[in-house]
Amino acid sequence: MMKKRWQRRHIVEAFVKGLMLVSFLVVAGCLGAILWTILVQGLPALTWAMVTQVPQGGFYLGKGGGVLNAILGSLYLAGGGTLLALIFSLPIALYLETYLGDSDWGRYVRLSLDVLWGIPTIVYGVFGFIIMLAIGLRASLLAGIVVLSLIELPIMVRAMDEVIRRMPVDLEQAALALGSTKLEVAVRVTTRQMLPGIITAVLLAFGRGIGDAASVLFTAGYTDRIPTSLMQPTASLPLAVFFQLGTPYPVVQQRGYASALILTIIVLIISISSRWISANLNKYTVK
Amino acid sequence: MDTHIRVRNLNAFYGKQQALKDVNIEIPKKQVTVIMGPSGCGKSTLLKTLNRFLELTDDTRISGEVLVDEQDIYAPDVDVTEVRKRVGLLAQRPSPLPMSIYENVVYGMQIHQMHKDRASYKKAVRHYLEIAGLWDEVSKRLHDPATSLSIGQQQRLCLARGLAVEPEIILGDEPTSALDPISAQNVEQRLLDLKEHYTIVIVTHTLRQAKRLADYVIYMYLGEVVEAGPAHEVFNNPQHQRTRAYLEGQF
Repeated sequence: MMKKRWQRRHIVEAFVKGLMLVSFLVVAGCLGAILWTILVQGLPALTWAMVTQVPQGGFYLGKGGGVLNAILGSLYLAGGGTLLALIFSLPIALYLETYLGDSDWGRYVRLSLDVLWGIPTIVYGVFGFIIMLAIGLRASLLAGIVVLSLIELPIMVRAMDEVIRRMPVDLEQAALALGSTKLEVAVRVTTRQMLPGIITAVLLAFGRGIGDAASVLFTAGYTDRIPTSLMQPTASLPLAVFFQLGTPYPVVQQRGYASALILTIIVLIISISSRWISANLNKYTVK
Repeated sequence: MDTHIRVRNLNAFYGKQQALKDVNIEIPKKQVTVIMGPSGCGKSTLLKTLNRFLELTDDTRISGEVLVDEQDIYAPDVDVTEVRKRVGLLAQRPSPLPMSIYENVVYGMQIHQMHKDRASYKKAVRHYLEIAGLWDEVSKRLHDPATSLSIGQQQRLCLARGLAVEPEIILGDEPTSALDPISAQNVEQRLLDLKEHYTIVIVTHTLRQAKRLADYVIYMYLGEVVEAGPAHEVFNNPQHQRTRAYLEGQF
């Protein structure tokens, strides 16, 4: 009586379950293939010199040196851009949720942020470049940071917005019942409760910032030196990958893969450590 | 009777639906007033009008006056944060803030800048945790997350947190309904101890709890106040047929 029978709905379930598994395997397979490629091609070229030296003369022809200029350049660019974006994003996200909510204005702001998110980064690069021409600013770390922060801002705000929206109403009301202003609730309670999610949003934006080549090509330029001021041009890892893979020399191409590997490792380290940090900050979060 | 809260011609609406109809009541000072009635009668709505919480819900409208010490809390020049400081709320479910036990109690005092230095904040935290009957249980773990407490302990923490901003009035929205019987009894006892210094207004749907706590009773039905008066009169000699029916358990 309770025996399993193969009805249509069971077949549908098995089929859909199979489809889900296939989708997962395709995606996991792609990721695996990418990682495998950069590991196999890049690992042999990943020497100590690669991460501790700047390019020597003839580096792009296969002579000695490393990509320290691009590593530091990328960290400066993405770090600065993320910091700048964060300074503006958190207030915007809190304002959106605290004062605009689901009002018409709130919807307009969210819509425009979504549109900004979708704009290709090369458009940001060109936009930044035109502004730079207008004000007479040359390709520099500063220009790169500003443009990256513009790219990261919509991502960060919308990711934070989605997180802050999940703030439990009870918690908000508990703080209001004590006579808090809305601002006090936002800053002292919501931010604290939602900190793990906010960190994830920042990380998401950082990942996009450090991996972007198109925008920094126009605005930060490229140089073999490590910048010592905001007004100097700077190298970046995505462009280092691009330039090295673009040469006809296998040795240099291999270093391109090694650079990609370094970029991946940086993202991985930041991802893991931020997870660790948010897990520890998580202590007081109300589940 | 010394009146603390006077509600005059109060009407409240959720959208087009009227939740309170011409409510006129007087809530006595330093006594426990219990608002009771079947679910949906507007008792929680009435409570929410007393600390201006109704306006947190979208599309609500209110007319009439709520006077605390003869001052209308809905007057345009009134600071809503001051209203909520004076009229504390103990919610149905304890809702500890995402902080340590200590920070939960100190939070309200800090936003209202009630003390000058750390030492007096510390002293105040201890004082209110003692009043809430929680000090002995938490004195050695003040910096643990508030969520590590049991539900009953959390509710007493919320009481301590509410008392710490020195309200005159404490509202309770079925404050024991989410608790186990022993914790509920504990919280009830705290409320009885507190009425010496505070005006307490409780919403409950359990008649037995109403009888245990009430000095003064308001009985509501379909958004209207049917009967209000001293507890012994309403319980022993209800004037209205509806109240009598409710007390006899016909709901």
